[in-house]
Amino acid sequence: MIALGAHAEFIIAAYVGVFAGLAGLVGWTVFAARQTKRRLEELGDARTGNPAQ
Amino acid sequence: MSGFLSVLSREIRLSLRGGGEILTLVLFFVIVGAVVPFAVGPDKALLARIAPGIVWIAAFLAMLLGLEKLFGPDRADGTLALYRLADIPLSAVVAAKVIAHWLTAALPLILASPALALLLAMDGETFGRTVLSLLLGTPALAGFGAIGAAVTVATRRGGLLAPILIAPLSVPVLIFGVGAISASGGPDQAQAAALLLAALSLMVLVLSPFAAALAIDWGED
Amino acid sequence: MTIDTTPKMTWWNRLSHPGQFVALTRPLILPLALVTGVLFAAGLWYGLFSSPPEKYMGDTVRIMYVHVPTAWLSQFVYATMAVSALGTLVWRHPMADVSMKAAAPLGAAFTAMALFTGSLWGRPTWGTFWEWDGRMTSTLVLLFIYLGIVALWRAFDDQLRAARVVAVFTLVGAVNIPVIKFSVDWWSTLHQPASVFRADGPTMPGEILTPLFVMFFAFTFLFVTLQLVAMHTEVRRRRITTLERRAARGDAR
Repeated sequence: MIALGAHAEFIIAAYVGVFAGLAGLVGWTVFAARQTKRRLEELGDARTGNPAQ
Repeated sequence: MSGFLSVLSREIRLSLRGGGEILTLVLFFVIVGAVVPFAVGPDKALLARIAPGIVWIAAFLAMLLGLEKLFGPDRADGTLALYRLADIPLSAVVAAKVIAHWLTAALPLILASPALALLLAMDGETFGRTVLSLLLGTPALAGFGAIGAAVTVATRRGGLLAPILIAPLSVPVLIFGVGAISASGGPDQAQAAALLLAALSLMVLVLSPFAAALAIDWGED
Repeated sequence: MTIDTTPKMTWWNRLSHPGQFVALTRPLILPLALVTGVLFAAGLWYGLFSSPPEKYMGDTVRIMYVHVPTAWLSQFVYATMAVSALGTLVWRHPMADVSMKAAAPLGAAFTAMALFTGSLWGRPTWGTFWEWDGRMTSTLVLLFIYLGIVALWRAFDDQLRAARVVAVFTLVGAVNIPVIKFSVDWWSTLHQPASVFRADGPTMPGEILTPLFVMFFAFTFLFVTLQLVAMHTEVRRRRITTLERRAARGDAR
């Protein structure tokens, strides 16, 4: 690991913050996608490839 | 042209008939300015320095107050639907409304600005520049206000949404408006700011009725 | 019209139909996500391990590797929204408003990250976490515009009606953003002491270009991937609303 220099904590905070933010963004996007997919399956929508009950 | 003038006179008459609305607006304007010394202390030097900014903030907030009434009541009683079907284009109606709004909201504020100048320890020359700056810049606020009101007219609880949408757009108006008053950069800077402000107002005044009319039409379909 | 003379469906036409759009673009998601992952891994390697500190900034230049891409994205996503708005209003492409809606929260998030990383870069460099310089201030105003647009979408019950109204506002914003930038730059040069403070942000010397470019592409691919998934979600959401309304009315399926 390269020495991060005198201001290491800011660099670390920046990267941790950004990747936490990205993880949150990805997680929220995936969660919303799964949620809508599940709801569509519940409603039995033929167009998404799930046969009606 | 006569259609435009009749809409204009209707809007002005309605605003004037509305009883204490103009008075309330002016009171709000003066009160916002008057509250500032309580918050930052009565030091005259400080007040004089921030007075241009305070006047502009107060004007901005006061003009935001009147936005609901721009299209709201007309939508509620069906007049907006009639306007959309009228012979004159909706953008002409909106232009008339913007002018009426400026006449019945911005102009009273400008006339009340001496009170604020007094309370905030503004000197005479600065006050003169303030009046000019408000005259040049409030049309832009009225235009942006019309866009914000038009975009939110079809929403359920427009409420604070229009001010939130307008505020970022109004940043240049505030920057140049205050810049035209403060002498910190010298008279050249103030003049440049005033010209930029005038240009901005002109563009917004000309273009906003079209944008607002489109937003109203598409929000109602 | 015979079978031979019927106009054929091009891929662009096919993409207009929401269901077709989802079906045709779904295979793209996994490859895009993989490319994104690889780019981020490479970017982190170059950014944190395999590149030297910069001559004047020292190691804090590494913050640039996440700040510049997020700042770039905050602009690029708005450009995407503006083009989508034109697509909605001018070309009437049915998927344009879906694209516009999906991009807004993503753009807000990247703008917030740009402010966050910019602030953390500012602390060791300028001494404060926040400075009202031209770029940071413009980015802050941009964040407010993004959040306002997200709020505007939510204020409408009917998202299809909202689409064109939001498109108008997005384009009004697009026209005003250069004006805002200009006025903020004018304002910040007025208020900064002309001497020490270099308000225009860091310059880009050569040795930092590799990690910068890799991260730049990593973030851009991430946006494209998330945008695609979010568009699929929005299409499904609208389908759900239709189905729920139908069920509530008791229509036979």
